[in-house]
Amino acid sequence: MEIGLNHYLVLSTLLFAIGLIGVMRRKNLLLLFFATEILLNSVNIAFAAISHYYGDLTGQLFVFFVIAIAASEVAVGLGLLIVWHKRHGNIDLDHMSTMRG
Amino acid sequence: MFEAIAFYLFAFLTTVMFFITVTTTQALHALTALAAGMIFISAFFFILGADFLGAIQIVVYSGAVMALYAFGMMFFDTTRDVKEKNGNKFIVFGLSIIAAVLIVVIFAAPMVSTNIVALHPMIEGAGNTQELGMVLFTKYLVPFEVAAVMLLVAMVAGIVLAGKKMDLSLTLMNDAEIIDAKKEQHKKVL
Repeated sequence: MEIGLNHYLVLSTLLFAIGLIGVMRRKNLLLLFFATEILLNSVNIAFAAISHYYGDLTGQLFVFFVIAIAASEVAVGLGLLIVWHKRHGNIDLDHMSTMRG
Repeated sequence: MFEAIAFYLFAFLTTVMFFITVTTTQALHALTALAAGMIFISAFFFILGADFLGAIQIVVYSGAVMALYAFGMMFFDTTRDVKEKNGNKFIVFGLSIIAAVLIVVIFAAPMVSTNIVALHPMIEGAGNTQELGMVLFTKYLVPFEVAAVMLLVAMVAGIVLAGKKMDLSLTLMNDAEIIDAKKEQHKKVL
């Protein structure tokens, strides 16, 4: 059986849905970050599959840049999370709803 | 045939791992499942002939990003169970599926028209890494440099945010203050 572009796009949809479910139901900010990583990775699969099936390298280059952005997002996000945890002792989203500093 | 077997195997494994990541109440289980899922995703890159991206995926995600998360989890209380939002489950699942289908429609809409020409076609007789390098260092040189600057900014921001006593500036302090600060360093901070 031949694996086509649609197989990869369906898989990407499935993983994106899982990531969105994670984003919507998580309250702990660290696990929310995990869900955003899932979102980025599912889009990476779609990019790589389109790049392969259309013989175009642009998709692979975009995956490259998405990985760079994800790495810097993790670095800055974890730094902010550590600062917040030092001050408040928790990283739950519900405690961040007020802007009292 | 083998491609189909590999695709379905890794699709199943990736889905299960990411499902564990978003549903478990243990932060450590989520971290481990996410690392496994990242490695399984690199298998898709290898199947698709993007060898360089597969290696990058393993090195950056399962190496650097997961190490960073594991390091960050030392600061947080990860042993207790994670509390969840108690929203309406049907609304959450329905919205997720609709949004994901929308993403695929956005991806697939330009492809319905058949007159697509590859902007940077695969180069004959070159390996994947060589092809990527040829395009990256000609057409995408400026985004590459901008990404490098962005990573530098992220590195400095990470150091400043996570480091101790980063609000002190040794260049703006006089000698007496620096000596005081050195004495304070021997005390327990944080």
